[in-house]
Amino acid sequence: MTHTQKRIIINNIVMALSTLSAVIGISFLIWILSVLVINGIDALSMTIFANEGAPPGNEDGGLKHALIGQLILVTYATLFGVPLGVLAGTYLSEYGQKAKLAETIRDVSDIMMSAPSIVIGAFVYAIVVAPTGHFSGWAGSIALTIIMLPIVLRTTDDMLQLVPSTLREAAFALGAPKYKVITQVVYRGAKAGILTGILLAVARVAGETAPLLFTSFNDNFLNTDMSQPMASLTVTMYNYATSPYEDWQKLGWAAAFILSMFILTLNIIGRLFLLKRKGK
Amino acid sequence: MSNIIDKIFANSTKFIAFGILLLVAWIFTVLFEHSLESIEAFGFNFITEDKWAPNLEKFGALPAIYGSVISTFLAMVLAVPLAIGVAIFLSEIAHAKLKAPVGVSIELLAAIPSVIYGMWGLFYFVPIVRDIFGGIGISMLTAGIVLSIMILPFMAAVTRDAMNTTPDILKESAYALGGTKWDVVKDIIIPYAKAGIIGSFILALGRAIGETMAVTFVMGNVHKISTDLTQPATSIPVTLANEFAEADSGLYYSSLFELSLLLLVISFTIISIAKFYFLRRKRIGQ
Repeated sequence: MTHTQKRIIINNIVMALSTLSAVIGISFLIWILSVLVINGIDALSMTIFANEGAPPGNEDGGLKHALIGQLILVTYATLFGVPLGVLAGTYLSEYGQKAKLAETIRDVSDIMMSAPSIVIGAFVYAIVVAPTGHFSGWAGSIALTIIMLPIVLRTTDDMLQLVPSTLREAAFALGAPKYKVITQVVYRGAKAGILTGILLAVARVAGETAPLLFTSFNDNFLNTDMSQPMASLTVTMYNYATSPYEDWQKLGWAAAFILSMFILTLNIIGRLFLLKRKGK
Repeated sequence: MSNIIDKIFANSTKFIAFGILLLVAWIFTVLFEHSLESIEAFGFNFITEDKWAPNLEKFGALPAIYGSVISTFLAMVLAVPLAIGVAIFLSEIAHAKLKAPVGVSIELLAAIPSVIYGMWGLFYFVPIVRDIFGGIGISMLTAGIVLSIMILPFMAAVTRDAMNTTPDILKESAYALGGTKWDVVKDIIIPYAKAGIIGSFILALGRAIGETMAVTFVMGNVHKISTDLTQPATSIPVTLANEFAEADSGLYYSSLFELSLLLLVISFTIISIAKFYFLRRKRIGQ
C-alpha cells in the first residue's frame, strides 16, 4: 500500500466516523423532538387552556394557571431585566469602551451567563423568600431577571458596537449632546440587533426551571397575586412529570410541548431579524 | 440643561453597569453568610464526609460532589467525540445546502430547555437503561447519558464556530497541496483552532456541572457513593433541587447554602479558565 492510499483510507474512515457521529447526534435530537411533538399534540385540547389544575384522576385538569403564571413571571422579569440590561450595555459600548472597568463588567457577565441557575434560586431564596417568610411570584421574577440581565447586557453591548462610528460623528457634528446621539441615532441603528437579543433572552428565561423551584414555587390553581406562590409551566411540568398519575404526566407533556414551541418560535423570529439585517 | 441630562444619563448607565459587579459580589456574600452555620459546624469535613442524614443533623457533601464529578465526566466522555464529529461534519464534510439547515437545527436544539431533556430521559431513556444494564434505570449512568445529549448541541455549535475561525486560505492551500479532508482537519484546523476548541469543551463542562433539570429527573437523589454506575446517586444541583424547599432546620438550610456556594465557586472557576485562558486569544485576534 502506498503512502497516498493509506492517507486516503484513513481519511475515509475518519470522514465516515464524523458523518456517523453527526447522524447519531441528530437522530437523538430528532427522537426527543418527535417524542415531544407526538406526546404534546396527543395531550393538547381546549380544556388545557380553559381549566386550572385538578386533582389526579380528574379528567378536566388544565394548565391555565401555569400558562398565566408563566406569562406573569416572564413579563415582570422582562420589564426589569430589559431596561437595566440595555442601559448597562449602553455604558459598556458608548462610555466604558475599552476601559478596565468595562472589560471587567464584560468578563463577569460572560461568566454569569453560564453560571448555574439553581444557585441564583438559592440567592433569591435568601434575600426574598426567607425575609418575607413565603414563596412568591416576585421572588421568581427577580431570579429570572438576574439570569436575563447579563444576556441583554452583552448583546446590547455587541450590537451597539456594530453601529458605525461615522453615524455618531455626524450627529455630534450637528451639535447633539451625547445622550441624544445615543438614544436617537445609535439605538435606532442597532434596533434589530437589540430586539433579537431581547427575544433570545426571553426565550432563555422562559425555559428556566431550577431557579423557580424554591422562589415562585408552584400553585395548582390560578393566582395572579405576585406576593403569593405562583405556578409556572416549567415547575408544573416537573411536578406533573414526576408524579405517578397518568393524566398529570399527560398534562406535563402538553406543558413541555407548549413551552418548546414558544421558545423555538422566539428563536426563529430572532434569527429572521438578524438575517434581515444582514441582507440590508 | 442638556448638559445636566447628559451627565445624568451617562452616570446612570455607569451606575447600572457597575451594579452587575455589585450583584455578583452580593451573591457570593449572601451565600457565604448563609453557609456560616454549616461551615462552623463541619468545617473542612463538610466536603470529605460521606454521610448526609438530615434527621441526624449530619451533612457531608462528598456523595453530591462525587456525583457531580462522575456524571459530568461521563457526559464529557460521551459528548466530546460526538461533538467533534458533528463539528467536522458541519465544517468540512456537509454539502453547502446541508450545512445551514443542520447547523441551524443544532443551534435551535441548544435552545430547548433542559427540563425537556430531563423529562424525555425519565420516560424514554430510563426504561432502556433498566433493560440493558439492570437496576431501576434511575442512575448515575442515565444522568451522565442524558447530560451528554443535553450539552451535545451547545458543544457541537461552539466547536464548529471555533473550527470556522480557520481562514479559508489556509485550508485551500492545504487542499491545493493534495491534502485529504482529514489532513486538513488534523494539520490545519485543529492546530489553528486548538485554543478555541478546548475552550468550548471547558465551557460546556462548566455548564454541565451546574445543570440541574436534565439530571434531577433521572438521578434519584440518593446520598450514597457507589462505584456501580447503575445505582441511583445524587449531585450538588440535584440535592439542591430536591431538598431546598423541604429543609426544616437552620443547619440543613445552611448546608444547602454551602453546597450552592461550592457549586458557584466550581463553575466560576471552570468558566473563567475557559474564558481567560483559552478563549481570550480569540478576542485579541479579532
